[in-house]
Amino acid sequence: MTGTVDPIVVNLIVFVLAIFVGYHVIWNVTPALHTPLMSVTNAISSVIIVGAILAAGPAQIDLGSVMGAVAVALASVNVAGGFLVTQRMLEMFRKKTPKKTGTAEKK
Amino acid sequence: MSANLVALWYLLASVCFILALKGLSSPETARRGNAFGIAGMAIAVLTTIAIIAHGRIDLILIAMVIGGSIGALVARRVQMTQMPELVAAMHSLVGMAAVLIAVSVVNNPGAFGEHDPLPRGNRLELFIGTFVGAITFSGSVIAFGKLAGLGKHFRLFSSAPVVFKGQHALNLVLAVVMIGFGVAFFLAEEKAWTPFLVMLAIAFVLGVLIIIPIGGADMPVVISMLNSYSGWAAAGIGFSLNNTMLIIAGSLVGSSGAILSYIMCKAMNRSFFSVILGGFGAAEGAAAADSSQKTVKSGSAEDAAFLLANAESVVIVPGYGLAVARAQHAVKELAQKLIAKGVNVRYAIHPVAGRMPGHMNVLLAEAEVPYDQVVEMEDINGEFGTTDVALVLGANDVVNPLAHEKGSAIYGMPIIEANKARTVLVNKRSMASGYAGLDNPLFYMDKTMMVFGDAKKVVEDMVKALE
Repeated sequence: MTGTVDPIVVNLIVFVLAIFVGYHVIWNVTPALHTPLMSVTNAISSVIIVGAILAAGPAQIDLGSVMGAVAVALASVNVAGGFLVTQRMLEMFRKKTPKKTGTAEKK
Repeated sequence: MSANLVALWYLLASVCFILALKGLSSPETARRGNAFGIAGMAIAVLTTIAIIAHGRIDLILIAMVIGGSIGALVARRVQMTQMPELVAAMHSLVGMAAVLIAVSVVNNPGAFGEHDPLPRGNRLELFIGTFVGAITFSGSVIAFGKLAGLGKHFRLFSSAPVVFKGQHALNLVLAVVMIGFGVAFFLAEEKAWTPFLVMLAIAFVLGVLIIIPIGGADMPVVISMLNSYSGWAAAGIGFSLNNTMLIIAGSLVGSSGAILSYIMCKAMNRSFFSVILGGFGAAEGAAAADSSQKTVKSGSAEDAAFLLANAESVVIVPGYGLAVARAQHAVKELAQKLIAKGVNVRYAIHPVAGRMPGHMNVLLAEAEVPYDQVVEMEDINGEFGTTDVALVLGANDVVNPLAHEKGSAIYGMPIIEANKARTVLVNKRSMASGYAGLDNPLFYMDKTMMVFGDAKKVVEDMVKALE
């Protein structure tokens, strides 16, 4: 056997192993935290922002970099929103809930 | 930065993402997990910015500040009952970002370190990432509309299923045509904008068509499913950019969404396939006709409070009706009063008690209910035989004993066995049936007492009566 392994094959290996890791990690998540799980996975999937940054990167502004910049903005909404809302929810699951005011709880 | 170094930083970020999910295995470690997630994201973003150090960083920073502030604002403002809408909206953004990146890749593969025009190997994955992203976007927009109750303004957002003749055939034809253009894109020598854009347009339409026939009751499955899609879209983009971190993060999210969909389907005793085909919940409001002939025992909040105060153990079964009535805080007060009297109080949570997985747990946590009083369905069902009072608040189908009877529409659905408690108190606004459109024999049992009225008012009255 000669030659190097094609990047696609490497990607496939990573993909399959990552699914196995995901499967085992997710089944361990307590059902009480399924909503924070969903918001944090939302934030994690917006790591797609790295693709957006590369797209927006070139010094020459063209269709591609404009699209990239818009994608950066969209993904940033998710990064900030996803992690912060997860944090907010997890604070509620603290063992001893400290008296907290000020977090926007408008009725 | 060398490519190897970049890859190693990305590996570190991937490990952080795995640890973020691992932290969620218990409420104690969850916040640390979230910190890992944030760290992973920071590493990923900074590494990538370092790669394009000579490019338009200003443009990127402006975009990040704008997006980040919107996200932060929304995260602070959103109410916990609105979490499903927020999550749906966020899925649509991931989908759209995937599509925009794909357009950019077709336009200028050089920016991503790829050959121009894009090699075939990467086109196949780009095609997959693009159409999954597009379906995620338009499907999530529809799901958002349904959840936010925008059906009055726009029929496609109706929470009742939107069905028409030949729907599935149309979807199938569109999917085949879309794949056809995808193959054309794959085989083309040039940039091949035409097949790419046609494929993209069809994918947007498909996203809408796939979600509109799914009824409001199945929304927990839909949100989980779109969660999964958004992950696969990210993984697809990762494949086409040869970015292993994107592949890992995307696969983690993809499997998470898939597992949650599976859990939700099982909790509703519905096959994933039948949810996707949709149409369930169309007969909503068609309550069983014979309900008027049977008699129910009804009592006042004071009667109920008397029963609760004299019980040794009480299990509260909250449903989404409780959250709609904003009664969580009142319920917590009631529980505290009972605990002060020496009553053992716990909450029993059905997996589909809210409108998304784990929703009810968050709503109770928001009301500062300690999480060790909150018990999952499987763990508490065995204990109803020794429970004095089951207090059912705004739940219906999830406590319907018909689920144990062969031939009923919900036969086989796992339920909270409140009917096994010595006394059952049920608060409902009226005798209307739940999502499944079924009558509930629990309400007619001899040991059941109905307390009609708005959940918040009734619970507050109970609290007053206990004083």
